[in-house]
Amino acid sequence: MNQLTRNRCIAVLFVLLGLAALPARAEERLRMSTTTSTENSGLLSVLLPPFEKKYACKVDVVAVGTGKALKLGEAGDVDVVFVHARALEDKFVASGFGVNRRDVMYNDFVLVGPPDDPAGVGETRSAPEAFRAISSKGSPFISRGDESGTHQKEKEIWASAGIVPKGAWYVEAGQGMGEVLTMATQKRGYALADRGTYIAFRKKTDLVVLRQGDKNLWNPYGIIAVNPRKHPHVKNDLAMKLVDFVTGPEGRSIITGFKVDGEPLFFVSGEGEKH
Amino acid sequence: MDFLISSFTDALRLIGSFSPDVVDAVRTSLSVSAGATVFAALFGIPVGLAVGLTDSRWKGFAVTALNTLMAVPTVVVGLLVYGFLSRQGPLGTLGLLFTPTAIVIGGTLLASPIVANYTLASVRGADPRILPTALTLGAGPFRAAATLVGEIRFGVFAAVIAGFGRVVAEVGVAMMLGGNIRGYTRTMTTAIALETSKGEFSFGMALGIVLMSVALIVNLFLSLLQRR
Repeated sequence: MNQLTRNRCIAVLFVLLGLAALPARAEERLRMSTTTSTENSGLLSVLLPPFEKKYACKVDVVAVGTGKALKLGEAGDVDVVFVHARALEDKFVASGFGVNRRDVMYNDFVLVGPPDDPAGVGETRSAPEAFRAISSKGSPFISRGDESGTHQKEKEIWASAGIVPKGAWYVEAGQGMGEVLTMATQKRGYALADRGTYIAFRKKTDLVVLRQGDKNLWNPYGIIAVNPRKHPHVKNDLAMKLVDFVTGPEGRSIITGFKVDGEPLFFVSGEGEKH
Repeated sequence: MDFLISSFTDALRLIGSFSPDVVDAVRTSLSVSAGATVFAALFGIPVGLAVGLTDSRWKGFAVTALNTLMAVPTVVVGLLVYGFLSRQGPLGTLGLLFTPTAIVIGGTLLASPIVANYTLASVRGADPRILPTALTLGAGPFRAAATLVGEIRFGVFAAVIAGFGRVVAEVGVAMMLGGNIRGYTRTMTTAIALETSKGEFSFGMALGIVLMSVALIVNLFLSLLQRR
């Protein structure tokens, strides 16, 4: 091979490889932004394939914090959002960005911390009281700090505890639930977590649940199609099919049957009203 | 130390099992990086040549600009391109955000300054008589430039490889513009970030090993072609 052919070979190789990156797939793609908890727990990898098969489409999942997930919907960069922050969701719909919000499922938040519980959170009677105990003791508290659904909930609890969290003990991670649990494990600190991610993480952390079952730790998930009148390009038909599928009998039975370590992570709305 | 060793053995076992997720991530990484490298070469090499061969007083400025562009953080490039490609942005109607094409665009912007800079450096290191000689012998300006590139091909080659290395190794652009969609825009680096966030240290490590091996294979292959 002479120099010229060789160089051509290299160039052709790169071009061919590069062509593979071009959009070439024929099947319809639906874009959904969701929270890290639904993706990281593994729920979506059992919930979506039957839908994709049924409608011969592909659901592209962009997993980010709830705040960002809704922003992507506002911008029209996704067709449907699947999140957990009721107040923000209602605002999203009221501002005309979303239509047809439906309850999908719920789980709950838990306050986790080191097993020796230096702030005595285990003896408190409510989540706000527990937060007060952590702040007065100055134990490390790892906050998501990313406007996610969990962060929204955390801010609500600080507000009802009447505390503006500040200081070296209050660590704003700006990362996902998994990173925050890892950080809390390493720093021997406390964190508010959704139960799903915590259960999925239990083997990798020695953090224990110290406060749970409060009414204000309830964590409902909703699915909302992006408003086609606001963003004409969104695939509303397919988005509505997904909404119907997830909230319909098939979706409900998949969600109910989804277990990690033999424990169900999510409960379908309207059953098991223990919260 | 035990933790590291056990993660490492887990990682090797995972690699041996060839999961489709890993294969997908490797394929996506390679194709978007190759695409970005092609475009970066198309922009970067001519720019490097042009800057290297001019004698205007803007040359110093251009060199500084290229050096600065090399240092631009990947997330800044990601942010900029995001602004253009989002539905709210000027190119929003193309619907390119969260596609492999978006990563190629970002990667091209990342790699072009590197390719240009390395090309520029080898032009500076080349024998200054090459171009005048070619011109004297009756070559047109493009033919003369081609002769120069032929003479400094090792430098240009290094430029392209460095560009490829930057794109295949970065995570900011791929995460922001690709969205880390499983089986579609999930690259090796975004997969590592995701697995780490899930606390799957071994899986992240496995992907890290795969990434390095793939980079090694690509480079071995290319240098083999180059040497023969």
